[in-house]
Amino acid sequence: MEDKSKKFMNPYLAGVLLGFIIMAAFFFSGEGVGGSGAVKDIVKTGVNIIAPDYAEGSNFFRVSGEHGSSPIKTWLVFEVLGLLIGGVISGALAGRLKLMVEHSPKITSKTRLIFALLGGVFFGIGSQLGRGCTSGAGLSGMAVMSVSGFVVVAGIFGFGYLLAWFFRKLWI
Amino acid sequence: MAPIFEQGSEWNLIAALLIGIAFGFVLERAGFSTSRKLAGVFYGYDYTVIKVFFTAGMTAALGLLYLNYFGIFKYENVWMPVTYVIPTLVGGAIMGIGFLMGGFCPGTSWCGVATGKIDAFVFLLGIGLGVLFYGITYEVLWEDFRVKTDVGKFTMSELLHVSPGVAVLIFIIFGLFAFWLVDKIKRDYNIKDVEY
Repeated sequence: MEDKSKKFMNPYLAGVLLGFIIMAAFFFSGEGVGGSGAVKDIVKTGVNIIAPDYAEGSNFFRVSGEHGSSPIKTWLVFEVLGLLIGGVISGALAGRLKLMVEHSPKITSKTRLIFALLGGVFFGIGSQLGRGCTSGAGLSGMAVMSVSGFVVVAGIFGFGYLLAWFFRKLWI
Repeated sequence: MAPIFEQGSEWNLIAALLIGIAFGFVLERAGFSTSRKLAGVFYGYDYTVIKVFFTAGMTAALGLLYLNYFGIFKYENVWMPVTYVIPTLVGGAIMGIGFLMGGFCPGTSWCGVATGKIDAFVFLLGIGLGVLFYGITYEVLWEDFRVKTDVGKFTMSELLHVSPGVAVLIFIIFGLFAFWLVDKIKRDYNIKDVEY
């Protein structure tokens, strides 16, 4: 059996490194890191291209035209492009690049994909209401000691633990 | 003086790309490209999420505190979210359910896509659909609710009536306690590892 400790980085070391990356984001750019902001930018851009009249009439999709640039050319979109590249580099070095649907042996790939989609939809809605996701609102918010960051983390983990029992068959 | 790059400048986008690469690399190294490892945090077989997540938060909070103390960095000049208590808590709860169903959060799903996880790609599509749904129902469901219980740019040190340094110290003590507690739970209940 493979030694797990060699497979992944020590979690505390990974945490310290991540902490420095978040500091770098604030130091160089004045921004927090995030994962959902880019999706929002892409969706907004898509709606503005496909249905410009509808977007103009919507308080959510309307582009405010800050900096006079495209909404897709944002800090968070570039950060996410980097995220993909970094993931590929690390995955390649560790021999973990493999096209697959990963799931517990007790469920089918189809079940996994349906719940992955649903989970994404919930995260999409929640991240808009919570003004960011686990990393964007939670981690970056905690870094600047904002109450908002701690509230969002309490929401995610609190309700996660509260309701974990109902979804146990998906994982264990 | 920090922030170094101007918002919207080309240099800032290059910084975003480089910071993203480091972010993705470390997330993948920590094992966050697999949903089964991430979901383990809710079922007790793998607490890596808690350890990485809170160590990162504590490190960044302490580091920024020092940079602020030395005058290199000012909290006023960077992104600081306004706190809307109830909508943020509800948003967090919705995300918690999403985490249980999908096994990813947005940042880690990008990482999953990078290593070829089709389920991570489908999760990302789901986020897009969720954002679209939120946007379409924005005026009806969310526009008024999202700004309820506005307490402004509110920090933990203001909430606890302690200095910023003591607030970070409390955060760190709480985090260390959480690390001790999750290891104790796994040991005491003899929760087995899951292979993935």
